[in-house]
Amino acid sequence: MAAANAFKNIMTWIDDRLPVTETYEKHMSKYYAPKNFNFWYYFGVLATVVLAMQLLTGLWLTMSYNPTGEGAFASIEYIMRDVEYGWLIRYLHSTGASAFFVIVYAHMFRGMMYGSYQKPRELIWLFGMAIYLLLMTEGFLGYLLPWGNLAYWAAQVIVSLASVIPVVGEDIAIWVRGDYLMSGVTLNRFFALHVFAVPLMLIGLVVLHFLALHEVGSNNPDGVDIKKYKDAEGRPLDGIPFHPYYTVHDLVAIVVFLFIFSIVVFFFPEGGGYFLEAPNFEMADPLKTPDHIVPVWYFTPFYAMLRAVTFPLFGLEAKLWGLVIMAGAIAILFVLPWLDRSPVKSIRYKGLASKIFLGLFAISFLVLGYLGTVPPTPGVTALAQACTAIYFAYFLLMPWYTRAEKTKPVPERVTG
Amino acid sequence: MKRLLAVIVASLPALVMAATSGVHLEHMTPDLEDKASLQRGVKTYLNYCMGCHSLKYQRYERTADDLGIPHEMFLENLVFDKSIRIGALMDNAMNTKKARIWFGTASPDLTLVTRLRGLDWVYTYLKTFYVDASRPFGVNNLVFENVGMPHIFMELQGIQIRKGCKELPKIAANGGEMRDPLTSKAITEEICGSEIIDRGFSPLELKPDSGKLTVEEYDQLVYDLVNFLYYVGEPSRLDRERIGVYVLFFLAFLFVFTYLLNREYWKDIH
Repeated sequence: MAAANAFKNIMTWIDDRLPVTETYEKHMSKYYAPKNFNFWYYFGVLATVVLAMQLLTGLWLTMSYNPTGEGAFASIEYIMRDVEYGWLIRYLHSTGASAFFVIVYAHMFRGMMYGSYQKPRELIWLFGMAIYLLLMTEGFLGYLLPWGNLAYWAAQVIVSLASVIPVVGEDIAIWVRGDYLMSGVTLNRFFALHVFAVPLMLIGLVVLHFLALHEVGSNNPDGVDIKKYKDAEGRPLDGIPFHPYYTVHDLVAIVVFLFIFSIVVFFFPEGGGYFLEAPNFEMADPLKTPDHIVPVWYFTPFYAMLRAVTFPLFGLEAKLWGLVIMAGAIAILFVLPWLDRSPVKSIRYKGLASKIFLGLFAISFLVLGYLGTVPPTPGVTALAQACTAIYFAYFLLMPWYTRAEKTKPVPERVTG
Repeated sequence: MKRLLAVIVASLPALVMAATSGVHLEHMTPDLEDKASLQRGVKTYLNYCMGCHSLKYQRYERTADDLGIPHEMFLENLVFDKSIRIGALMDNAMNTKKARIWFGTASPDLTLVTRLRGLDWVYTYLKTFYVDASRPFGVNNLVFENVGMPHIFMELQGIQIRKGCKELPKIAANGGEMRDPLTSKAITEEICGSEIIDRGFSPLELKPDSGKLTVEEYDQLVYDLVNFLYYVGEPSRLDRERIGVYVLFFLAFLFVFTYLLNREYWKDIH
């Protein structure tokens, strides 16, 4: 009793000076989330868990990693062999990178399915897209750090993309590399960006993503506004406090995720050659080009689009158009909230056209992901071109098909 | 003999183009629990390979401990430079610049070779050297065309000749091997060049009694060596898999509790 009183006194003392209880209530115990979240709503919390894991394992890796062209490769093997549980820390980090993208892609797809980007959640979507962009940057930078040969050449290809930009391209590529070719200088700056600048921005944006979400409240699979119907005390009838209901709910999902994740970490850390590729077990060598240069799997959909553009247009070379298409494929995601003109949010109540386009979009993205891993043949290129067209059609035709199609009536309350 | 002969299947374009792709490789299943095999492997490695190929990411001490070899015994019998301490990295004295002149390329470190090339590749590579007078060391390799390495095990394996033509079973119209209807013996025909490999046969033939080891003994030697290289590629592998089982059991256990906790809380929500 005395202890409880003492705790209360301490909290009052702190709350008078810092809004700890208020913040806790706003974001946890009195944050009302719709009670009808389904499977797709686990990926947000899982992304947070993986972010925390990447930050922690990354911190421990930097303690033993040597960010120089001469020492990087050896220091990874030092971590794998001589550092206590170094292999575990390294595999958690390398598998975590792939898991992060699996989760984030699912999380984004959830948003697209249920219209979570629509008014009033445009800012949440924009912050999320910025996070995705930074995450790709982070993955790209970190991928080079073990100084494996495939990573070296893949980074060389990606950085060289800048050089197709007219006039200033070559200078930009040199500016990014800090050298005329990928070298220890490049590795140093990639390290600095990977462990300091990008994570810092990522954390900041994740905070903004949360704050914007908690300001307007979560969407749900029905796309219904739960704030319309409240009880006498002003609590949404279809909402439940995030804590404890969704914390215990998410705990189950986290354990299930960790189970699957651990199967990969402990038994298949190379991920069938997709998470850790065989040619990366050889140190970077500027004189030894690998047979097939492919980016790591989470970039392959965009890489396939880059390669799909094989013809020059308006006097500009094909490579430049490839770059434009690739950048456009990511940029167009940012304006999604303003392309969707549908009166309803969720795919459950949208018309047939929306369902077909979303389905085709998802399939084309997966197919592009596969095509990006295989050597280009005429057949592969043709299929990639078709998929790229579908990918863009989903977005560019959206203002028309979302307005023209017949939507179903949206229920007043959530449907369970 | 037959096993050795049936080693390599490869399509000729792959052989000509890139030595690493498209070649059918002989499969080997490693066994990290077989300490005796790993011990024989490290012995072969340190006696035959170490002069040119370092294992510079691995330490003698780790190897000795993991393979169950006492430090004293390891240093006395397997490490020939007496100034080397047990905690040292398994490096060698090969001069990279000179190696480039001698072999055309620096002899690579092999710590990670099985993770880079795959077990089957290394296993098959070590078994498919053959006599080729056009090469500087008089040998060529079936999976690594025009490799700069001499056949270091020639005294053990013996000399393999690459046959231009071979007597192979004739293929019937139904795709099976043709047999004489009376004697049921296979009917053979002479097949030449790349077709031998295309048909799934090895063009290599061992010159009888040219090596110190029998075919079986040489197979075992290569198996042990590759098994050891598999170990050295990731020495924590056994630890990883052992701990992984405990982690999964723990998470399965934890799942039950989180599931029940969730059910308890959510029973009021309709």
